[in-house]
Amino acid sequence: MDTITIGTGTCGVSAGAEAVLEAFQRLISDNQNNTILLAETGCMGMCYKEVLVEVKNSQGEFLYGDVTPDKAAQIFQEHLLEGHPLDEWLVLQNHQEGNERDFILKQHRIVLRNCGLIDPMSIDDYLSKDGYKAITKALMEISPEELIQSVIDSGLRGRGGAGFLTGIKWRFARQSPGKIKYVICNADEGDPGAFMDRSVLEGDPHSVLEGMLLCGYAIGASTGYIYCRAEYPRAIIRLENAIKQAEERRLIGENVLGSGWDFKIKIKEGAGAFVCGEETALIASIEGHRGTPRIRPPYPAAAGLWGKPTNINNVETLANLPWIVQEGPQKYAELGTEHSKGTKVFAMAGKIKRSGLVEVPMGISINEIVFDICGGIKDGKKFKAVQMGGPSGGCIPASLGETLIDYQQINKTGAIMGSGGMIVVDDSTCMVELARFFLEFTQNESCGKCTSCRIGTLRMLEILDRIIEGKGEQCDLDQLEELGHQIKNTSQCGLGQTAPNPVLTTLNYFREEYEAHVQDKCCPAHSCSALVNFMINSENCTGCMICTKDCPVGAIGGEKKQVHFIDQEKCIKCGKCITTCNFNAVYKD
Amino acid sequence: MGATLEHHEPKRGIISNLKTAFWQFNNTPGQLIPLLQRAQETEGYISEMAMKYISGITEIPESTVYGVITFYRQFRLRPQGEFVVRLCDGTACHVNDSRLLKEIIEDELNLEGSDTTADGLFTLELVACLGCCSLAPVIMVNDQTYGRLTPQTLRKTLKKYRRLGRELIKEREEKCNLEIGA
Repeated sequence: MDTITIGTGTCGVSAGAEAVLEAFQRLISDNQNNTILLAETGCMGMCYKEVLVEVKNSQGEFLYGDVTPDKAAQIFQEHLLEGHPLDEWLVLQNHQEGNERDFILKQHRIVLRNCGLIDPMSIDDYLSKDGYKAITKALMEISPEELIQSVIDSGLRGRGGAGFLTGIKWRFARQSPGKIKYVICNADEGDPGAFMDRSVLEGDPHSVLEGMLLCGYAIGASTGYIYCRAEYPRAIIRLENAIKQAEERRLIGENVLGSGWDFKIKIKEGAGAFVCGEETALIASIEGHRGTPRIRPPYPAAAGLWGKPTNINNVETLANLPWIVQEGPQKYAELGTEHSKGTKVFAMAGKIKRSGLVEVPMGISINEIVFDICGGIKDGKKFKAVQMGGPSGGCIPASLGETLIDYQQINKTGAIMGSGGMIVVDDSTCMVELARFFLEFTQNESCGKCTSCRIGTLRMLEILDRIIEGKGEQCDLDQLEELGHQIKNTSQCGLGQTAPNPVLTTLNYFREEYEAHVQDKCCPAHSCSALVNFMINSENCTGCMICTKDCPVGAIGGEKKQVHFIDQEKCIKCGKCITTCNFNAVYKD
Repeated sequence: MGATLEHHEPKRGIISNLKTAFWQFNNTPGQLIPLLQRAQETEGYISEMAMKYISGITEIPESTVYGVITFYRQFRLRPQGEFVVRLCDGTACHVNDSRLLKEIIEDELNLEGSDTTADGLFTLELVACLGCCSLAPVIMVNDQTYGRLTPQTLRKTLKKYRRLGRELIKEREEKCNLEIGA
């Protein structure tokens, strides 16, 4: 039977997947064709080519990119009915050939093993990919202690950011005395620009549930919570559906698979607070309080949710587990470097040609990801830096592009592995402004409990604002560094301890850019409005007079149908002309 | 705290919805946030009445409930406009000039320092990440996503919604007149 599969993850739907789905539904019913099956799947990773449609028939598997309802009609007619694939829109053929094969060539999919292949709303699809076999095997053949040992042997480290060894964490929770214990899945993915966890939850929710079951069995818990961002409605729907299906099959609930062990899973919707990614803040939030962190120890493994031993793992960590149990820890440990085993999923975005989700073995270099997998920088511009780890991370300059993806190596640069957001920037991005952006974010999200984080980040932000407005002085740079180190040393939780990282790493690698702002009062990236001149490109300007009318200070002159000009003396650099010009004729110099 | 809360007519069903939710949660610990979420789902924001009611049934002091509401970004103490424009300010959108889009939205909708327009039609909300980074820069108007925006396409999109807004007001006025006439 021929199958049409459409990617309906958030990225696909945003790009118009629902219209394409409807188009195919209409085409199938119009043709009264009963031999074509229409299916949905999660994110396939190639977000830059959404809407993605896969056609599977006797000729093989064909993946089309940038599909619109019009293209859908043509694909339906020519490929499905007449058997002629449309080469020009093909991105992949049989998962390995085609125009975009470079994107998948160096990837190694463990966490994303089912994403984009199965229907996330169907437990049968997951079962057909050896789903729930790991928990079956564990319950039948492996003792909790052996399971913990094999997770330790696999070398899996927590993928949420800190990178603590998962198996060791489990052992602490196992050894903690107490009858009632909890498993929490941290799905509060708050980094702006990171969407790995969402894609896993939307594309393969059962693998996360199975990971939680394994964890629950290992530490001896009988209840699991998934703390998911309320901003991920699609993920929550799919998780609820997955839990219901698993309960019907007796995979979750009382007496799991007849083993006598009970394990139920509940979803808790977060209410939007970045700090709730921190373990103790997350626990406070589930308990119904303001999500402020508390001093550790006691660690959650000893006294967590409602004072009981609790183990918290991130979505990606949990999704690795069924594979590790099935394939064996040695196979997982074969991948990667000495201290960083397995694979890591990165959400690639920014100024690169191919943005989306990639899963690579540890030990690959940043350059390989940026150039070989993601195709390099858009519009022929120059690769300047990657920002890793979101607001807690740092910028790694292009000169360190050979740095390997490895916890130690990345930490050496001052950045962190983080949860996996990787934003690539080119030479039109001002690093001072980028650092300011992240600091503004953490400043906003600081819970306010410790002074150094609450007030220190605000003072740093004020200094950065001054620099960007061209009012900075040389001593500001030293002050930024001093403040940054103090905040790092004196904050209580991870948010404060890492908040200065974006500023400190950019100060380290791009100091000349800061100096240009404070000494020469110019922005080398031509980005900071206060430090540039607004100019009119004579080739693009049509002389439509719109900007002359909209300029609040009357700084733009020129006759109708003649190239306009900006009086730099009068210009207040508000940027209004850029937003009103219909011909992209205004630029910053 | 009353000073920061505006008075609006409570939506019908808010109390019964909260009652049902309270019964469903069965007085389990940690029910406060789900209850607040239910209140916001019903009314679009958390009204003073809902807050007081929740405080009463859970026996959590109003001051604590208020503290929880203001801590989380999701909760609102004021109603939103008919059209909620969510501007993504995630990193990918930011490096693709989302701040410029913010200025355009404020200009096009005449938002002067406030997040909701005077006629109550539009609310601008800055969000950390909408999760479709490959379409950056992105906005969402209610449930519809618009990606790969330029100043021109953004203005065009907003103009479309302003037109819809004007029609909505006209419809309401007509309905109102009819009711008065009848």
